[in-house]
Amino acid sequence: MKHLRKTLIGLGVTASVAGIGSAIAGNEAFNKPTISAKAMADALHLVMDSDRAIYTKKIVNRLVKKDKVIKASEHFEDDKALVLPAQMFRFGSELVAKRAEKLDDVNFSYSLQSLWPINKQNAPKTEVEKEGLKFIAENKGENYYAEETLGGTTYFTAIYPDVGVAPVCVSCHNGHKDTPKSDFKLGDVMGGVVIRIPMDS
Amino acid sequence: MKATNTKQRLTLVWIWLALSVGLLGWMGYSMFEAEDKTVFMPGPLTDGHYQIGVACTACHSDPLAGDEMFQEACVTCHGDDRKKPFDSHPRSKFTDPRNADTLENIDARQCVTCHTEHQPDMTGNNGLTQPVDFCSNCHRDIGKDRPSHQGMAFDTCNDAGCHNFHNNRALYTDFLVKHLGEPDVLERPVLPEREFASVLAELADYPADRYPIEALTMDDADSPQDNRLPGPEHDDWLDTAHAKSGVNCSACHNVALNDGEEPRWTDRPDHRACAQCHSLELERFKRGKHGMRIAADLPAMTPADARLPMQEDAAHVSLECTSCHGAHRFDVTRAAVTACLGCHKDDHSLAYRKSPHFKLWEKEISGEGKPGSGVSCASCHMPRINFDVNDWVSRIMVDHNQNATLSPNEKMIRPACVQCHGLGFTLDALADPALIANNFDGQPAVHVRSMELAEADQRRAEEKKTEMDKH
Repeated sequence: MKHLRKTLIGLGVTASVAGIGSAIAGNEAFNKPTISAKAMADALHLVMDSDRAIYTKKIVNRLVKKDKVIKASEHFEDDKALVLPAQMFRFGSELVAKRAEKLDDVNFSYSLQSLWPINKQNAPKTEVEKEGLKFIAENKGENYYAEETLGGTTYFTAIYPDVGVAPVCVSCHNGHKDTPKSDFKLGDVMGGVVIRIPMDS
Repeated sequence: MKATNTKQRLTLVWIWLALSVGLLGWMGYSMFEAEDKTVFMPGPLTDGHYQIGVACTACHSDPLAGDEMFQEACVTCHGDDRKKPFDSHPRSKFTDPRNADTLENIDARQCVTCHTEHQPDMTGNNGLTQPVDFCSNCHRDIGKDRPSHQGMAFDTCNDAGCHNFHNNRALYTDFLVKHLGEPDVLERPVLPEREFASVLAELADYPADRYPIEALTMDDADSPQDNRLPGPEHDDWLDTAHAKSGVNCSACHNVALNDGEEPRWTDRPDHRACAQCHSLELERFKRGKHGMRIAADLPAMTPADARLPMQEDAAHVSLECTSCHGAHRFDVTRAAVTACLGCHKDDHSLAYRKSPHFKLWEKEISGEGKPGSGVSCASCHMPRINFDVNDWVSRIMVDHNQNATLSPNEKMIRPACVQCHGLGFTLDALADPALIANNFDGQPAVHVRSMELAEADQRRAEEKKTEMDKH
């Protein structure tokens, strides 16, 4: 009986130690940087691009173009209209920036830019942005990856083509009074999504 | 002789030491214990903050913290103004690393970059401590994108009726285009009606369980027996929306004034009683100059504290809810004009009773004019705005922050002016200081070109569309 009790206690202690050990090992595995900056940027872009495509196709294009029940407008509050897909994307990026500031181990930023921006603040600014946006426009279907140093920090910068997937993308951009390009066609690269991940994090 | 000199020197050293220790002690006490710390103030505060000058910790919460402390302090009170859609330059616009080079010139993420306190010699309108051509840091190429802006100097961007860095909602091109060709006075010049009763059922924190929404009579009044003698205050109460919607005496007089306290009867309830149902009004009141001292846990503001000209006999009136609304009667027509003019004595206020706006107000309160057709002080300075009560409910409410639309005055355009006036007329009127001083008695003598520029932009868009349609 005494032996049995000792054996049971021993087993219990072993099980507890093993449990805690595996839990620690598990946490370590979660924290280990097992993903490259490129793979992370690709994964982030996949999520962004899918959400953006769904919003554009199933909400904006359906309700504006197909069902004709509502407008989409840059001044969506004043016009009681839908948020434009590019604004939806930008609002998300601003919210991410705000939330990421409070998280120590999450650090990335993203934006939507174009060689033909309606808002000139969204034209490429850095050399990598200029080079990358030109590259993705000239090499359809390809992404552009580079490193750059901004404000003393080195970033892995990935640039993905932003394609006009729905008729509303093309018609709105071509018709906007401030667009520098009015001959976009469905399927054209209209701009690029720029994702930045600091190399030292 | 030598011994006497040494003794004198020693005495001086002791006196110096005693004075130094005394000074240090006094400074230490002032820094860590005393309520008034203004002795450490490096320079006078701006009009926006001087009232809370003794509450140093409102901004300097931690003597050892860096710039982030100031940012947090600014956002605590002004955060709502830096959110979209009210702010066209929110902080989030500048945090992207691609703006690192711009931030080296002007760090627009931090409020104190443009609004430094204690620097009266370099402080301009709206507390701006940057050179007035600060827009050029980012928009120096605007002439290329907007041909209409070629040749314009960068110190004119913020001119009246042109651009406003934070709140540009009444000045952006498409808004101007939408209001092209409007008459000076619109066809139906009426202000929106307030909403409260209509949304009561949707307000989760309204105490409908204790005070069901039903009309009360004199017999229902639940004040304690010794206060029960029907008097003028009971008659006043019976006439109000309070009595008509079930708000009994105890709702205001029998309240827990502080967290964790048991409710007890008080003869003179203060703003904390009102906040039980009107918390949003109180929140907005505390954001303006009337209520900012209460927000900083200081005694309420009095006209004697004001930097504007005030009526001498009102110098010591304490600014609480009842200072304007009175007690029991809660007469909103009194609160909208008489209460304001009881204190304010600047040219604009003194000219009000001779203005066309006042004539409309007189008509409305006499019943001759339609509800909402009169223009009181509150119509413009405390406009009726559709506020979000929470994530799900909004209501049209009087904005009790009377400073929210004052400076720059273009912030008044959307909530007040364009409810009755065309936008072109409004821009001109608000850019004319003499017309503002005489309370808009006459026509604007100033003309702002914004509407013409917007019209030219609209023409350019139409020409482009015609060109595109051809192809």
